[in-house]
Amino acid sequence: MKQQLEKIETLAKEELSACKEIKLLDDLRVKYLGKKGELTAILKQMGKLSADERPVIGQLANKVRSDIEGAISEKLSILKENAKAEKMKAESIDITLPGKVQSLGKLHPMTVVENEIKDIFMGMGFSIADGPEVDDDYHVFEALNLPPDHPARDTQDTFYISDNILLRTQTSSVQVHVMETQKPPIRIISPGRVYRSDAVDATHSPIFHQIEGLVVDKGITMSDLKGTLELLMKKIYGNDCKLRFRPHHFPFTEPSCEVDISCFNCGGKGCSMCKDEGYIELLGAGMVHPKVLEGCGIDSSVYSGFAFGMGLERMVMGKYDINDLRLLYENDVRFLEQF
Amino acid sequence: MNLSMKWLSDYVKADMPIKDYCHALTMSGSKVEAFEVEGADIKNVVVGKILSVVPHENSDHLVVCQVEVGKDEPVQIVTGASNVNADDIVPVALDGAVLPNGVKIKKGKLRGVASNGMLCSLGELGLTKHDFPYAIEDGIFIIQEECEIGQDIQSAIGLDDTSVEFEITSNRPDCLSVTGLARETSATFNIPLNIPVPSFKGVDGDINELLGVTVHNTEKCQRYCAGIVKNVKIEPSPRWMRERLRASGVRPINNFVDITNYVMLEYGQPMHAFDLRYVEGSEINVRNAVDGEKITTLDGVERELSSEMLVIADKSKPVAVAGVMGGEYSGIMDDTTTVVFESAYFESVQVRRTAKKLGMRSDASMRYEKGVDSQISMTCLERAFQLVEELGAGEVIRTVIDKNYTDKTSATVEFNSEWINSFLGTDIPEADMIDYLERLDFKVQDGKVIAPSFRIDIECKADIAEEVARIYGYNNIPSTEFKGVASAELTPEQKFIKKLENIIVSLGYYGIATYSFVSPKYFDKINLPEESSLRNTVKISNPLGEDTSVMRTTTLPSMLEVLSMNYSHRNPSARLYEISKEYIPVEGNPLPDEPQRLTFGMYGDNVDFYDIKGTVEKILESFNIKDVEYVRASECNAFDETVALHTGRCAVILKNNVPLGYLGEVHPDVQENYGFNTKVYVAKLNIPELIESADNNIKYQPLPKFPATTRDLSIICDDEIPVAKLESAIKKAVGKILEKVTLFDVYKGKQIADGKKSVSYSIVMRSHDGTLNDEQADSAMKKVLKALAELGAELRM
Repeated sequence: MKQQLEKIETLAKEELSACKEIKLLDDLRVKYLGKKGELTAILKQMGKLSADERPVIGQLANKVRSDIEGAISEKLSILKENAKAEKMKAESIDITLPGKVQSLGKLHPMTVVENEIKDIFMGMGFSIADGPEVDDDYHVFEALNLPPDHPARDTQDTFYISDNILLRTQTSSVQVHVMETQKPPIRIISPGRVYRSDAVDATHSPIFHQIEGLVVDKGITMSDLKGTLELLMKKIYGNDCKLRFRPHHFPFTEPSCEVDISCFNCGGKGCSMCKDEGYIELLGAGMVHPKVLEGCGIDSSVYSGFAFGMGLERMVMGKYDINDLRLLYENDVRFLEQF
Repeated sequence: MNLSMKWLSDYVKADMPIKDYCHALTMSGSKVEAFEVEGADIKNVVVGKILSVVPHENSDHLVVCQVEVGKDEPVQIVTGASNVNADDIVPVALDGAVLPNGVKIKKGKLRGVASNGMLCSLGELGLTKHDFPYAIEDGIFIIQEECEIGQDIQSAIGLDDTSVEFEITSNRPDCLSVTGLARETSATFNIPLNIPVPSFKGVDGDINELLGVTVHNTEKCQRYCAGIVKNVKIEPSPRWMRERLRASGVRPINNFVDITNYVMLEYGQPMHAFDLRYVEGSEINVRNAVDGEKITTLDGVERELSSEMLVIADKSKPVAVAGVMGGEYSGIMDDTTTVVFESAYFESVQVRRTAKKLGMRSDASMRYEKGVDSQISMTCLERAFQLVEELGAGEVIRTVIDKNYTDKTSATVEFNSEWINSFLGTDIPEADMIDYLERLDFKVQDGKVIAPSFRIDIECKADIAEEVARIYGYNNIPSTEFKGVASAELTPEQKFIKKLENIIVSLGYYGIATYSFVSPKYFDKINLPEESSLRNTVKISNPLGEDTSVMRTTTLPSMLEVLSMNYSHRNPSARLYEISKEYIPVEGNPLPDEPQRLTFGMYGDNVDFYDIKGTVEKILESFNIKDVEYVRASECNAFDETVALHTGRCAVILKNNVPLGYLGEVHPDVQENYGFNTKVYVAKLNIPELIESADNNIKYQPLPKFPATTRDLSIICDDEIPVAKLESAIKKAVGKILEKVTLFDVYKGKQIADGKKSVSYSIVMRSHDGTLNDEQADSAMKKVLKALAELGAELRM
């Protein structure tokens, strides 16, 4: 009987190792371990055994059963793994085919740069102010210390609606709107459209965008203006950029300056792009003129401030190496998809 | 302003390299645009002497010259010019020479005879008859200057100056002069300035016997100086004067006109010269013009004057428009014998308005407009006399007329070095500040700064801070960060637009930028009726052209233009958006409303109405704007532009009867107007109304405890019936237990009768009190069928 049991185990293991299909495993289980299986058949003969032999054979029989069961389940897991691997192999696809997704749109490049600038300023505590594009003479000129008959008010520069109403030529008008309604401390930028009567060419457009900045508080100095603009430009153009401050004249700031940035192309050595100057004109700035502060009801003996204005198009063109301003307003999708 | 460096050297010794000079002046506030070394574009052109001229053997119009050019051998040159003779001194372009127009001269043969260079005309050297009045224009330039054979042509004819072009800001008209720039040069480099006081000898005589001057308007003409030169000799001015004028960009004319221009360039004071013969009654009246009075100005144009203009008149008629331009009639002619010089101070606004009204800008008017030095008139008259004597151009009568009504008090501003340092953020010693200011001719005394009379820009202490800062050097001011805290937050509108822009981009649209002003013809292009209020626009009174003459009242045409441009560029598809303003006139308010709009449009990729509607729905969903209605434009006339859309494929979006926007397919006629041969879809959403409708008040709903029951339903109804109507009937019929009703199919065609459609819904019902049983669900569905039956819909079998 012992030999019979051992034989069953050997046979079962042989058959198992040859088995290659999961459904055949069940047949083997029935054949060896089922109610009518071979092991059961042997156990049925246990009664004939002596009392001494019975526990020994019983123990052996149980061991054979559990060995076979173990072998079956082991085989089963192997076959299952194999089957999964087979299936996945069959399901293999070309992983280099492009992905499927509703294609994303793009922001206009001017919006991209404007957003970058807004984020930087907001991080420094600047709010964003809006103002009307169609405005009156007072806000665009008079309150900015451009009295009537100032040469900058020539009709060749300004689009007029009527004698007193016009399209703003500069976002500086927002300075006035803000200071009329807000008490210092003031820290704002104001991006927006401005209008000047310039014929369209590669560097001119009758509509363009400016970003105005204004800081008014106690004890604001010209060195603060320099430090702020240097910090901002480093954030926009990287730590290597250098600024150069040149005296200039704007009626609404005193002192006034123009700010140049080290040439994007040559980094300051001088090249054809910067006309050998090493610098490119970037923005206008200055200390808010006391007359402007006073006109808006801010005591210039207590408060001082600085303001600056930069052209968005120029920054966009510099950033992306765009050589023709008209592309920004033409809106060809082959252009727009590049940003 | 073009500055001759030779001229500058009369007053200040600026002998540093020209690049260093230009850089330093730019950094102290006088911006240099460019500099030009005269004659730099001419190479290898020398002075030559014609030795012989013989006819060309193969030509009857060419001659062969032997020319001595300071070398061992004469040079043989063939020329077609007929004005050369032996012993003439001429400019010779040698082999390898370059002329100002970029032409290179090489030796060669002309009809078989060797020609080793070229004889040059004035034009070929970049000159005109005004530079050398004795020369002819259509022939070789026969030089009458003192020069040596073989000398470089540049130095021989004075083409060796350097001209620096300054961009002078409008607050510094004093720098529109050689002396003004000399002063800036001196202050910038801290080198001595020497502007001599003009003096002249004159001849005896009483000017009052020859001329009377009366200023009738002493507010607009605050000073009038006049002097007389008799026995004048009108002739070209000497070479040095012509050269300086030329380097300054002014054309030489004759000695007297040149003197007035020379003094203007030197001191910034416009001057005028009259022929005394034509000053009727020998009297000058500075008075307002009489309405309708006429004058023919120096440019030959007859102009009608009006009473707010100031004129210089003789006894009966105007002889000049004050500060703008002289009259043709009384100008200097070749036979003039007695000249009246005028040096006056006219008020700037007066001159500006007159010049503007007459549409006539002159060098003089531009200087008066910006403001000249009120105290310099007499100095300039004296300088003119000095030049007359130097040129031997006539006899100056020693006595002069000076009608002076100017305010002689100088602008005085508080001087507070501590304040200046605290304003600039600097630590400049007071003594240095005083030095800077004195270099610029300011006086500092008793805690005050007194500005020189030519500094019309000085008004307040910030102006003094700027003077100190620019001489100290802006780039020497430290960089600091300002202190204080501020919080920055986007306004609700800014937040909304930021989110909106993210959504529309994630839905596949590209941002565009279009002009705010459009052509009124755009309204016709979208078939807008004549009476539409959208045609009531904010109009630009001085537009660049009709195409950009009105502020848009609708963003739709701009979007269609851009879509159309992309289509014509053969871009197969486009999805575009713009967030921008419309400009809507407001009754009783001079300023228009400027509401923000989201406009978007698309074509290509087989898009249809439901693609653009999907975008609208996703946007509304993102802002939690629920329960909107889509109605036909015929039911809601909120947007006149919807005439540009297909009547059957256009919807106006309403929320609680407030129009939020519209969407639709572009009308076939409008598609044609824009040259489309494909379907185009557009939509516009009004941002303020969207913000108003957006529901930010989101509250958590408990998750359901009991399972839902779903019933699918297919019905057949008339094709006319909008599904929204079916849906609202279902909602009403199911009532409280309705969780969701989803349309999953609309079918027309086989098995469905003509004019009918099959519509299928999935209806999800759920109760929060317990699991719905079949009876409850069946009863709800019965109500649905009954409600649908009332709309003429029946269950599809």
